[in-house]
Amino acid sequence: MAPANAIEAHGLRKRYGDTDALAGVDLAVPAGSVCGLLGPNGAGKTTAVRILTTLANPDQGSACVAGFDLAAEPMEVRRRIGLAAQDATVDALLSGFENLLMIGELHHIPRRTAKARAEELLEQFNLEDARDKLVRDYSGGMRRRLDLAATLVAGPEVLFLDEPTTGLDPRARNELWEVLETLVGAGTTILLTTQYLEEADRLADEIVVIDHGRVIARGDSSQLKRQVGGEQVLLVPARADDLPRAVAILERVCGAPATVDAPARRVTVPTDDGVSALGAVVDELRTQSIAVEDLGLHQPTLDDVFLTLTGSAPTGEETGVEQDREREPEAAAR
Amino acid sequence: MSVAAPTAPAPTEIGPAESRHGSALRDIWVVTRRGLLHMRRQPEVLADATFQPVMFVLLFAYVFGGAIAVPGGGNYKEFLMGGIFAQTIVFGGSFGVAIGIAADRKNGAMDRFRALPMARSAVLGGHASANLLKILLPMLLMSICGLIVGWRIRTGFLDALAGYGLLILFAFAMIWVGVLIGSMLSSPEAVQGVAFVAIFPLTFIASTFVPSATLPGVLRTFAEWNPVSSLADSLRVLFGNPHAGAGPGAPWSLQHPITYTLLCSAAIVAVCAPLAIRRFHRSIAD
Repeated sequence: MAPANAIEAHGLRKRYGDTDALAGVDLAVPAGSVCGLLGPNGAGKTTAVRILTTLANPDQGSACVAGFDLAAEPMEVRRRIGLAAQDATVDALLSGFENLLMIGELHHIPRRTAKARAEELLEQFNLEDARDKLVRDYSGGMRRRLDLAATLVAGPEVLFLDEPTTGLDPRARNELWEVLETLVGAGTTILLTTQYLEEADRLADEIVVIDHGRVIARGDSSQLKRQVGGEQVLLVPARADDLPRAVAILERVCGAPATVDAPARRVTVPTDDGVSALGAVVDELRTQSIAVEDLGLHQPTLDDVFLTLTGSAPTGEETGVEQDREREPEAAAR
Repeated sequence: MSVAAPTAPAPTEIGPAESRHGSALRDIWVVTRRGLLHMRRQPEVLADATFQPVMFVLLFAYVFGGAIAVPGGGNYKEFLMGGIFAQTIVFGGSFGVAIGIAADRKNGAMDRFRALPMARSAVLGGHASANLLKILLPMLLMSICGLIVGWRIRTGFLDALAGYGLLILFAFAMIWVGVLIGSMLSSPEAVQGVAFVAIFPLTFIASTFVPSATLPGVLRTFAEWNPVSSLADSLRVLFGNPHAGAGPGAPWSLQHPITYTLLCSAAIVAVCAPLAIRRFHRSIAD
C-alpha cells in the first residue's frame, strides 16, 4: 500500500548555534508530485533536505518519507530515496561506470544487476562515451547528469535534489529540466530546492516558499501569483517628463493606485480587464501624444511574489556558484 | 535534446527495496576497493608510500651514512633499514587515512555515503582497510631497495615474518591516529600541515637514523621511550641487523623492544580507536 503522501513533515525545527535554520516547517508532498522548495541562500532549504534524507536530526518535529518514520527507521528510508546534493558529489577519481556500480553495490543490488543498471543509466543520460573517463575530467553538465543518474540507480520512490541546476549554463539547465519532467511522468516523487524562480515555476506542482526557516507561502504558481495580484498594465514613457501624466492616465483608466519606479520610468497598475484597459491607455497616450518606450500587459513573476512576501529580491546566486567551484575535489588540481 | 528520456519502470529489474540485503563486510569491501582505486589514480598522494621511503633509503645510505657510526661497528646500511621501515609505517599508516577522511568530508562524499542504506561502519572500515593494504606497497619497495643497497635479513624465515607482522600491527595502530586526525581537521591541506609538523619530526627524534645514545639530554630520553625507536630496534633484532643494543643501564624500553612495541600498539589502539570513532561520527553528523 503506497502512502498518499511520499513526504510528510510536521513542525521540523533545527538550530545551528544562534540561528534557527528551520523554525517549524510542515510539508506534505503527495506521491508522484513535485514540490519546489523556493528560497534565497540561507533560507533553510538545504537543512530541510538534510533532515528528510536522514543526514541530520531535527531538534523537534517528525517526518515520514516513503512511508517510513525518519527517526525510527532511517535505513528503510535510505533504501527508498535518492539524493543529489548541492555540489555534485559523484566521486572525481572514479569513472562514470565505477561511480554508478559502487552506488548500486552499496544499495545491495547484486553485482551483475548493478553493472547492467549502470550501463543502462549511462546510456539514458548520454554518457556512454564517458563511461570509462574519470569524473574529474567531466564537464559540469556531465557531472550533474551522472549525479542524477547515481540517485536513480536503485529506482528511488522519492528523489531529493538540492539546487540541481545551480552553476549550470542555460543549455545544460534545460536538458536537466527535461530529464526531471520525464522522471515525474514515470511517477517518481521529487522534492527540489531552488533559488531560480523560473525553475520552480516550470517543474513544481506545489511551491513552498521559505525564508529564515519558515514557510511564508505555498501553493501552485498561479495561486502564488494571485497573492501578488493579477495582471498589470505596464508603461514606460520615453521621457521622464511624461511620467506624472503617464501615472495619471493609468490610474484613471484602471481605477487603482499605480506603482512607480521613477529611475526606470516604469509604471504598473493592476487591472481586471487587461486588453480593453490596454486599448484605453493606448487611446489616451495617442491623444496626449506621449512617446512610449514600453507598454504591455504584465504577468507577475515569482520574482514579484518574492518581493511582495519577503520585502527583498532573492539574491546570492553568484556566491552559490563560486562555492561550487571552490569545492571541486582537489584531485582536479593535478 | 541530447539526454535520452529515462524510462520507467527500469528495464533492468532491480527488485523492490525490501528484497535487497547486504552485509557490513561487503560494504566495507566496496569502500576499500574505492580507496585502492583512489590511490592508484593519485600517484602524488601515494608518494609517502613509494617515492619517499626509497628516497630516504638512498639518501641516508649514500649521503649521510658515511658520517654516522653504528655502535659496535656494524654496517650502517643494515642499521638504517629498521629505522626507515619504522618511520614509513608510522607516517604512512596515519597520513593516508587522515587525508582520505578529511577529503571525503570536504567534498561531500561522506554525505552521499550516509544517505545510502549501507552499514554505518563501512566508510571508516573501508578507509582503514584500504590504507592497511596500502602499507604493503612501501614494505615491498623498501625491502627491494634495501636488498639492492646491501641490506640482508640474517635471521630465519619466522623471525622475518614476525618483523613484517609487527610492522603491519603497528600500521594498524597508526591508522586510528590517522582517523582521529582526519576527523578533527577540516581539510586535506590541514592534515598535510599537521602530519609534517607533528608526526614527521616524531619519527626523527628516535633511533630511526642515528643511535639514540648520540642525542643530547631530554631528546635522548624521549627517543629511548619513543615507540618509533622500539619498533626500529625490534626490526633490527628480528632481521638480525646491527642495533644500538641495551647496556645494563639502558631503559626498559630498549631492553625489551618487541614487548614495548606490542604494548605501545595496544595502548595506541585502546586510546585512539574509541576517541577516533566518536570524533568521526560527530564530525559527519548534522
